[in-house]
Amino acid sequence: MLPFTALELARIQFGFTVAFHIIFPAITIGLASYLAVLEGVWLWKKQDIYKDLYLFWSKIFAVNFAMGVVSGLVMAYEFGTNWSRYSSFAGSVTGPLLAYEVLTAFFLEAGFLGVMLFGWKRVGRNLHFFSSIMVAIGTLLSATWILASNSWMQTPQGYSIVDGVVVPVDWVAVIFNPSFPYRLAHMCMAAMIATALFVGASGAWHILKGDRRPAIKKMFSMAMWMLLFAAPIQILIGDAHGLNTLKHQPAKIAAIEGHWDNIANGKGVPLLLFGLPNMGEERTDYGVGVPHLGSLILTHTWSGTIQGLKEFPREDRPNAAILFWSFRVMVGLGVLTVFLAMLGAYTRWRGTMYESRILAHFTLLMGPAGLIAMLAGWFTTEIGRQPWVVYGLMRTKDAVSNHSVLTLSVALLVLMVMYTVVFGTGITYMFKLVQQGPREHDVAEGDSLNQRPSRPLSAAVGPSNSAERKQ
Amino acid sequence: MGIDLPLLWLLIIGFGVMMYVIMDGFDLGIGILFLFIRERDHRDTMVNTVAPVWDGNETWLVLGGSGLMAAFPKAYGILLSAFYVPLLLMLAGLIWRGVSFEFRFKADDTHRPFWDKAFIAGSFTAAFFQGVVLGAFIDGVHVVDGASADGVMSWMRPFPIFTGIGVVIAYALLGVTWLILKTEGALQLSMIHIARPITMAVLAAIVIVALWTPLAHPAIAHRWFKLPNLWFFTPVPVLVVMATAFILRMLKNDPHAGPFLWSLVLIFLGYSGLVISIWPNIIPPSISIWEVAAPTQSLGFTLVGALLIIPMILGYSAWSYYVFRGKVRVGDGYH
Repeated sequence: MLPFTALELARIQFGFTVAFHIIFPAITIGLASYLAVLEGVWLWKKQDIYKDLYLFWSKIFAVNFAMGVVSGLVMAYEFGTNWSRYSSFAGSVTGPLLAYEVLTAFFLEAGFLGVMLFGWKRVGRNLHFFSSIMVAIGTLLSATWILASNSWMQTPQGYSIVDGVVVPVDWVAVIFNPSFPYRLAHMCMAAMIATALFVGASGAWHILKGDRRPAIKKMFSMAMWMLLFAAPIQILIGDAHGLNTLKHQPAKIAAIEGHWDNIANGKGVPLLLFGLPNMGEERTDYGVGVPHLGSLILTHTWSGTIQGLKEFPREDRPNAAILFWSFRVMVGLGVLTVFLAMLGAYTRWRGTMYESRILAHFTLLMGPAGLIAMLAGWFTTEIGRQPWVVYGLMRTKDAVSNHSVLTLSVALLVLMVMYTVVFGTGITYMFKLVQQGPREHDVAEGDSLNQRPSRPLSAAVGPSNSAERKQ
Repeated sequence: MGIDLPLLWLLIIGFGVMMYVIMDGFDLGIGILFLFIRERDHRDTMVNTVAPVWDGNETWLVLGGSGLMAAFPKAYGILLSAFYVPLLLMLAGLIWRGVSFEFRFKADDTHRPFWDKAFIAGSFTAAFFQGVVLGAFIDGVHVVDGASADGVMSWMRPFPIFTGIGVVIAYALLGVTWLILKTEGALQLSMIHIARPITMAVLAAIVIVALWTPLAHPAIAHRWFKLPNLWFFTPVPVLVVMATAFILRMLKNDPHAGPFLWSLVLIFLGYSGLVISIWPNIIPPSISIWEVAAPTQSLGFTLVGALLIIPMILGYSAWSYYVFRGKVRVGDGYH
């Protein structure tokens, strides 16, 4: 048995399954849009290189999509199994939002995915392109609904409380709650950037192996354009999101900054670059800060002030020790991504983008950075919401189901072992596919797909494998 | 007043769960039937018959779950935490089944048998624990202070275990008749061969459940045998016998779409029998849909979307089935 309380175990289980799950939809969102763009450009320019890339990335997409679906299935049920009191309290708000996600997004993705992966010879080009677009739209709609639900838990509005239960009063206010636009934009952009870093790193790996075929160069170049466009915008969105959080969840910001005491107006809040927030002693040890920079970033003024964490009762404070660092990991990786994008642009201008080993190595290293930054950001926003499950309305400790430590320990161990085996294998298969690289025009009109029809993942088998299989 | 929103929602959730049982039923059935088929090409063909539509089939389960959460949030919390263990095991089964579906094509020859076994085990586990949840649901949940007062292992009773086995057999019937529809040659012949005993087993399971539930639950006996209910419900068992007879006859005379369509009818009848037994409770034995319904604002908001969007979903799902119509041949697949 694990040395935790039932509440902690339920939180660990939820955090573990969300952290695993979130990776796959993020790549799904990014790759679905990338595939739709590739197919669109192929239909427009009629250059086979785009179709080669489409078929290559659609195999990886298929593997990833399958893992996203099964890991997401677990999430949908955990609200009821582990957080039944939350469901009873706020299910009348989050239930309909989840139902809309299923109705508008899940079915759309699943319905058109079959045609997208196996329908090359069964439908015309335009109908196939339409299917790819529907899948991409489905992924974005899915993000929209789930972030509406999550944002409502962060900044609830449009409800009243009747008989101790949330009753939605104004659905427009519920969905377009104060943090929703920022959160949605930040998350979708994060998915695009994480995918671009993944695609770019795949290209860099082949370039470092000496493969400079046009398809490799094309995907590397497209990833670099995407980063150059998206990374700086993401910093602006993140900044706006930060201002929004300061307004609605000041305790979260104070914890992120490791900022304990109110500072008199005019003196300015420093930005701590390093420090170890100490929750017990109510101070941040070893703080190394830049004067006034905190004010500048958080209030966009030279000497603006923010509330210190001591302003909030102890039982209402999120864990500053975790938030301080998860936030810095996210921002640090974001800044490195901007550097990478600028280095890419510089080498492109110099005409050495495919030859620069520094760029290729840097890109390869940054391959997982988008996903790590996203997880760190997710930790920041979710742990920062604590001790509330619905901010200001319901505490996490009041939301959990009444299960024993034994039940939850066994469940957690089962999930951890299974996730490691199942998703570990799947991720290994994804890397194997990346290593194979795009094939050149050997898949005329999806022949190999037609020899190998099956579920998404099996679209992932190359012709070599299927030839082997037939013997 | 006027529209009975909780009732409409019960119908939508009931429809979603039925779609799930029928559609993922034959997907899971394929995994169950893997046990009887050893040839690699045949196994590949079996998987290929559902490859392009499998995801959509499974989505109905999420619709059922999210519909329950949206329309009956209290029931959702109580039922799901009451069935924590079987639901967790069902999800584990669905995960193994879902990925091994795919990994078996991706794995090399040394690992492939592992994923084939995982596919079989996952399908059995998912189907069995869905049946366990069904049985435990019919048996009812003791609710005290808005939470389940049953232990997490209370599902380990004879009736839920039996319904678990019953659902495995029912899915095997859907799978075997689906494969008769979608395949030809030697694979189809072996499917026709095993379809007869499976059909008889399903009939036996339905009869046993039909006798067991009224014996164990006086309220259910009252529902069925009270006049005039008896006259309204008599067609259900009669139709069950008829559907079984049609399946058996078509296996002999016309082994194509017929057995599958009549299997759908049979499963639908079994399903409606259960609905008749439980109505109007959402948490048997005594909590009705009206007692735990979400506020009108939630029910109405979601209803608009459901009524507008579900027809579209049915439309493009049907289109997807139409795109991949026809027999799947050993070794080649779709052209």
